[in-house]
Amino acid sequence: MNNQAPGSAEAVEPTSARLVATLSVAGLLSGLIIVSVYEATLPTITAYKAKVLREAVFKVLPGIDNLKRLAYRENRLVALSQEQKGQEVLFGGYDAEGELVGYAIPSAGPGFQDTIRLLYGYLPDQRKVVGMEILESRETPGLGDKIYKDAAFVSNFANLAVEPEIVTVKKGRKSAPNEVDAITGATISSKAVVRIINRGNERWLPRLDEPGPEPPLPNPLPPPGRGN
Amino acid sequence: MPKKRDDAYQEYIKGLWRDNPVFVQVLGMCPMLAVTNSAVNALAMGGATFFVLVASSFLVSSLKNWIPKQVRISTYIIIIATFVTVTDFTLQAMAPVIHKELGAFIPLIVANCMILGRQEAFAAKNTVRLAVIDALGMASGFFLALFVLGSVREVLGDGAFLGMSLFGPNFEPWIIMILPPGGFLTLGLILLFFNWLKERKDRLVDRLDGMEAEGL
Repeated sequence: MNNQAPGSAEAVEPTSARLVATLSVAGLLSGLIIVSVYEATLPTITAYKAKVLREAVFKVLPGIDNLKRLAYRENRLVALSQEQKGQEVLFGGYDAEGELVGYAIPSAGPGFQDTIRLLYGYLPDQRKVVGMEILESRETPGLGDKIYKDAAFVSNFANLAVEPEIVTVKKGRKSAPNEVDAITGATISSKAVVRIINRGNERWLPRLDEPGPEPPLPNPLPPPGRGN
Repeated sequence: MPKKRDDAYQEYIKGLWRDNPVFVQVLGMCPMLAVTNSAVNALAMGGATFFVLVASSFLVSSLKNWIPKQVRISTYIIIIATFVTVTDFTLQAMAPVIHKELGAFIPLIVANCMILGRQEAFAAKNTVRLAVIDALGMASGFFLALFVLGSVREVLGDGAFLGMSLFGPNFEPWIIMILPPGGFLTLGLILLFFNWLKERKDRLVDRLDGMEAEGL
């Protein structure tokens, strides 16, 4: 304190208590504001995410009427209620008569920049992938993001055999039912998508092919578009 | 009264053009280079930054007498971070598509040194009115700069503007323009242009001074 030149125009030094108080009040107010905005927006955000996921299931499994969340427990598939959280979850798609059409399988893996999360439709009786939808990705805009913006690439997955393993080929070279035309300039992202689907297949196909009884359909979720 | 309006106008226009935060002060480069690969992303980022800067400047200049100078920077950061988080959640709820595109870059607005710089250099020393006008000017300048860069890069790198294809399917896009190097290239060329403008103006002033001296 005594180092201060006498008669300087400096205002009186505030006490430490005052500094601490200022920051505490600022932090408290900031916390309050953030928590209230978080609480206010959370329902909208969760509802949007759930809606996107459900629409994706209907997109990757054409011709289904209902869907159900299923989980793999004790070597068989069991139905989950809407709120129940669970690991190893996938979606079963059912037609109007309640017959199982196929499964929508979520899978994830590293892309070019960040994790890619996607959902793909699989028909167990035909052993085929019939649709793919990217749920989350941060691929390079203009290049890697063609994995969901380029209709030609997405259509690769509309009718794709899963045996032998799916492989990526150079654009225009697709000749076998298990081959995917890569995107020019985004080979890494294209390969990542294929690898992620193969990984999902590795994990799920042996379980789905078991002849066990298909899970019952007590409370089907309504199709999207109703009441939205 | 007219003088006062003139002051306000000067404060506004300096951010938009003369002291443009990007082209002249070269601040806020991280969001600048990261999200300007398309015009829409640039607009969204510009809008988010606009809101955060104006709101923070307003609050900082209103509270300037209550904030001890020893903790001012931390307080500014708290204020800015709060507005950024609010923007983040609001965008996620109201415009999820845009949020998906910008994702990781919204939280980075906190680290935009242009915003903190305006608080320290201007808002903390001026009246609320001038601080808000200054923030509006700087934010408009940043917005403009992002939009220009985003448009150039999208047109050259994707052959489109605001998502609409411009040149038809025969155009071979300059992919490098939407990758990071394209950002540096475009920004470098624009900075070159601004420096050339400045140099020309300085030379003009010099010559006028010389003529005046000879005249004497």
